[in-house]
Amino acid sequence: MTAGTLTVQSGQSGGDRLALAATGSWTAEYAQALEPLVDAATRPHSPVRSIAIDTAQIDRLDSFGAWLLERALRTWSAQGCEAKLVGLRDDYRGLFDKIHAGTQKLTPEPPRQNRVIATLESVGMTMATVGDDLVLLAQMVGAVIVALKRVLLRPLTFRLTPMVNHLERVGWQAVPIILLITVLIGAILAQQGIFHFRKFGADIYVVDMVGVLVLRELGVLIVCIMVAGRSGSSYTAELGAMKMREEIDALRTMGFDPVEVLILPRIIALVIAVPILTLFGSMAALYGGGFVSWLYGGISPEVFLSRLREAISVETFEVGMIKAPFMALVIGLVACVEGLRVEGSAESLGEKTTNSVVKSIFLVIVLDGVFAMFFAAIGM
Amino acid sequence: MAKASTDAVIRVKDLIVDLKGHRILDGVTLDVLRGEILGFVGASGAGKSVLTRTIIGLLPKQAGRIEVFGVDLDQAEDEAHRAIERRWGILFQQGALFSSLTAGQNVEFPIVEYLDLSQRLTTEMAITKLEMVGLKPDVYRKYPSELSGGMIKRVALARALALDPEILFLDEPTSGLDPISAHEFDELILTLQRTSGMAVFMVTHDLDSLYTICDRIAVLGDGKIKEAGTMDVMLASEQPWLKAYFHGARARADRQVTAKHLQRS
Repeated sequence: MTAGTLTVQSGQSGGDRLALAATGSWTAEYAQALEPLVDAATRPHSPVRSIAIDTAQIDRLDSFGAWLLERALRTWSAQGCEAKLVGLRDDYRGLFDKIHAGTQKLTPEPPRQNRVIATLESVGMTMATVGDDLVLLAQMVGAVIVALKRVLLRPLTFRLTPMVNHLERVGWQAVPIILLITVLIGAILAQQGIFHFRKFGADIYVVDMVGVLVLRELGVLIVCIMVAGRSGSSYTAELGAMKMREEIDALRTMGFDPVEVLILPRIIALVIAVPILTLFGSMAALYGGGFVSWLYGGISPEVFLSRLREAISVETFEVGMIKAPFMALVIGLVACVEGLRVEGSAESLGEKTTNSVVKSIFLVIVLDGVFAMFFAAIGM
Repeated sequence: MAKASTDAVIRVKDLIVDLKGHRILDGVTLDVLRGEILGFVGASGAGKSVLTRTIIGLLPKQAGRIEVFGVDLDQAEDEAHRAIERRWGILFQQGALFSSLTAGQNVEFPIVEYLDLSQRLTTEMAITKLEMVGLKPDVYRKYPSELSGGMIKRVALARALALDPEILFLDEPTSGLDPISAHEFDELILTLQRTSGMAVFMVTHDLDSLYTICDRIAVLGDGKIKEAGTMDVMLASEQPWLKAYFHGARARADRQVTAKHLQRS
């Protein structure tokens, strides 16, 4: 195979006539080299009015070569020349006609906006979607309440098996990782506390700090952040994939409410699982804290326990536990809202899953702040 | 019927493929000749897609030999393998367009990856390909999620044709299309095949396609090729599955329509 060429046949050119000869392979492999040849040949030749390309010597022609020839012809026509192909082999005629029939009419892209305006616009758009998010979240709350009411009126219609299945996945299967992380958090907390309190000879207060911090705030927060990352994301991805494959539409057309069938069992499973995980997590964190206090701070387990008994009350524990189901609800709602917003593409699935995790962690922390104010107000 | 030269572009010999402990293909021997359209049929679950996916290297084989353009795929170095992959195009059943790229970028993808062309020529070629498969140039900027099923198939065909392949694999190209679109799609494949002379390996259940565009038909059953040959061979066959397939109610109705069509034209 020889590379394609395009040469001027000087013998037959002259005056307002130009004869060119195309030879060799006019195929994709040589398109890179052929394009400059075509561009050079189509630069305006002032006196030329009539151009002929002899294509009889072309060994191989594919759509790339055919388009380059066609492009040359079109450029010349636009310059007002009469251009034609001579000697095109019959078996290439069909391909060339197919290419020739194309219009290449692409509507031009809308002009780019000013950078500053575009940035401002995207900020504005993002802010506007925050409003949409809240509306959607409120709608989902409403839909879940309606579904819950329907289920409460006819308890037999509740989908217990899926709920138990989800409970196993978000609850039971999450126990090892939650225990591991909370033990570490408790241990780090105690180590840091002892390290700094020792300077004031106040080592023993590390027990108060670990106890109050873990039971009131950290236990439930760490568990919720873990659950949002672990289970919220999987809810969003599952529902999103179902949405993409029209499974949710199929449910709806069969007369089922997707909220009742898919979302309610998931959210209830979370609301049950998160308090249990919070309990386990808090205990594990206290254990980790106590262990490090013993090994690193020399506070024996007996001292730790009796100090802990004085430092915390049932109220401290309650403050943490009360928050857990509400946070679970927020994680579940956000995950399901985002799942149902997935559109056709794989990219959108990824984007919504990210959104789900980011938004639910954000809302969990906001909610924690709201609870802090609430408990302060009622004196707990 | 186009005159097909006798050399084979794909040669499959005694191919054995197991999936999850089940023997799906048990000694398949099949040739695809240069410049022919081979229709490939078989009951659902007979392993048609498995054979296609094994040839294009998506599934491992237990035994046998696959030669493409005379090169044994087992012996081929990475470089040779890539060179072969550049010479075939595959249309997946669901289109398999990259959903994060526009239709135009989907078609440009193989062009950009394999050829070092100017941006202008790349874009022009993508539009040319889209127009060749009967789409308007404006589809270029649309995302797959904005396209209908038929348009997705066309864009996927344009992508499969992006590098002017010598072999085109089609996995049920007309499934999910209405009869008019399916017929248009058949015609399209036929014209493209006639203009480029490529070999087409087409898994299909569409009797229309088998009648109108296939040069040869191969039938897969019980993990082997039961019969291969022209439509006349299929119709003359005494094997029960083939009789049911080609002489069933749907086939009879189809043949009448085709006969009428032929009389009129």
